[in-house]
Amino acid sequence: MRQTWIILGASSSIARAFARRMAASGADLILCGRDRADLERLALDAALRGGSHVTEMAFDTEDPGTFASIIAAAEARDGQINVAVFAGTMPPQEVVDADPGLLPGVVQANFTGLVQILHMFAPLMEARESGVIVGLGSVAGDRGRLGNYVYGSAKAGFHAYLSGLRNRLGRRGVQVMTVKPGFTDTAMTWGVEGMFLVASPGDVAAAIERGIAKKRNVLYVPWFWWGIMAIIRTIPEAIFRKLKI
Amino acid sequence: MQWKNDTYSGWGRALKAHGELARPERISALEEIFAEGPAPAIGARRSYGDAALNTGGKVVDMTRLDRLLGFDEKTGVVEVEAGVTLGDLLAIFVPRGWMPAVVPGTGFATVGGAIAFDVHGKNHHQVGSFGAHVESFRLIQADGKAKTVSAKRDTKLFKATLGGLGQTGVIESAKLKLALCPSTGIEVVESRIGSLSEMMRRMEDSSAPFTVAWVDALATGDDLGRGILEEGRFPDPAQDGPRPKRAKSVPVDAPGFAMSKPVVRAFNAAYLRRIPEAGRISVQSLADFLFPLDAVHDWNRLYGKKGFHQFQAVVPDAAAGATLDAMLSAIAESGLAAPTTSLKRMGPGRSGQMSFPMEGWSLAVDFANSTRARGLIGQLGAMAGDAGGRIYLAKDALALPSQVEAMYAEIDAWREVVNAADPDRVFATDMVRRLGLRGRA
Repeated sequence: MRQTWIILGASSSIARAFARRMAASGADLILCGRDRADLERLALDAALRGGSHVTEMAFDTEDPGTFASIIAAAEARDGQINVAVFAGTMPPQEVVDADPGLLPGVVQANFTGLVQILHMFAPLMEARESGVIVGLGSVAGDRGRLGNYVYGSAKAGFHAYLSGLRNRLGRRGVQVMTVKPGFTDTAMTWGVEGMFLVASPGDVAAAIERGIAKKRNVLYVPWFWWGIMAIIRTIPEAIFRKLKI
Repeated sequence: MQWKNDTYSGWGRALKAHGELARPERISALEEIFAEGPAPAIGARRSYGDAALNTGGKVVDMTRLDRLLGFDEKTGVVEVEAGVTLGDLLAIFVPRGWMPAVVPGTGFATVGGAIAFDVHGKNHHQVGSFGAHVESFRLIQADGKAKTVSAKRDTKLFKATLGGLGQTGVIESAKLKLALCPSTGIEVVESRIGSLSEMMRRMEDSSAPFTVAWVDALATGDDLGRGILEEGRFPDPAQDGPRPKRAKSVPVDAPGFAMSKPVVRAFNAAYLRRIPEAGRISVQSLADFLFPLDAVHDWNRLYGKKGFHQFQAVVPDAAAGATLDAMLSAIAESGLAAPTTSLKRMGPGRSGQMSFPMEGWSLAVDFANSTRARGLIGQLGAMAGDAGGRIYLAKDALALPSQVEAMYAEIDAWREVVNAADPDRVFATDMVRRLGLRGRA
């Protein structure tokens, strides 16, 4: 069956690595994002790496007006539609603290905008009774931490949404996979202090591809973050509130 | 743009710099950086010394600008962003019958870096240096404006950029002419060679497109220069090589004795005996043959925290026999050399004024970083200079300004173009300052 991957937030390094993998597997790609000039370059790149039909479309989580035409483009294609959501922003906690006016934007970019468009995709996926939705969450969403809880809480909301969507679409043959990367070497974490066990975007993309093949529901990348977060989740709140992690 | 304060180094890890690094993920981010002010570009930092370092200043890491932008199947011209690695290009295009015309000994090097050092490969004697296969490039100059530079459109700037150590500006993207690649596997003939003179004779007589020799740099006396000659040819009819080996990696810095003389002696003996006396022929994957050391990621960690130096020089034919003999004798006597010593027959092909190649013989030797090793490298550099040869700036961390000035005869012509293109020296690096490459300000 013809495979189409709709990549939301295609300019990020993890998205780029994932799009290249899907291109090499021969899938069609619709690359969606804000930086149109970069999307054009990404489309050329993906096509040269094996993508059979690669196009680009405007997508901005802060402009829901961009969503409808992406849904329409998906509807116009036959075969299996797959959606991968990589869009998101992570302003440092202290920047948000200094300017609370940024809060709605963080929630829009990491939660509201994403669930709005996924909710528009849901009926289409249900009707086709096939497809994969990959949602990029974060280990930051597993527990609100001192250093990053605004971003983390938006991601936690996104995790909860994906869990519900999995419940809804799973009955119709659609795989919904929540991906929770640990520290990854991206523009988002460039220069951020205190990182350890850092994965490359290519590692994360490869793990996502394997997770799809294995029909995983929730995927920690690299896998050992499952253990790290299991421990962090079990720390009693009375102790956790005194920790600086 | 986000800047990161960090300490970083070249592949040799002996010299370090502290400064600010940016790593744009896309062209618009690169443009933002230049809107703030220009900075030198660095690639995969596979040069060994301080060519990619800018102490106290800024550098722009180009490795994430790695998109393929176009390919013409008729002419084999590919357009790529500067951060694409040559290993990626090889992996992507070999199955389609094409390959980069020139690759250095590591596939991790970027296209931008390959241009900045005008790198050469095992086929240099037949196809020349990397720059000979560059059609054009987009160059962002000190004023932040990008322009397309080609041999026809801007001869001087084109030439000064090939091998120009990034001093004319930041290479954003380039058009490269790929070579036809008739087979995904390559037939490699490996022969045990007993002496330097025999090695040189065999390399001169070889008709193979790819040749390189591994040398046991601890061997002395009659065994001086013994080693293994590798000759690579595309098999006819084409054959697939085995799948490229899965890379291993060195997870931590090795202790100091990892490269000590007894360890290296044992390794060299085993490495030599690996090849039967009568030689052997095998079909290898192209990547494994071209990038043998890439099979071990982060192999520079084997030298421990202090890092290592590579000495590489080319000496012209006339003085080659005697000079190489003297160099290898000094190296063997010191007992300091690591197992990775190579000898290469070079052709005359060079693309820029600061390009390394000249017709003759190139010797490359690795040394763990120590006072004695640095002294020996100084001695070897002087021997190369006396023989009318030159050292390779991509490897250098130790040379003196006067030495390099004498070795690079066209340096004044290069300076003129570079200093006109970048009068404020915003693209100067630690190496450029250490060696006074740009001349007096």
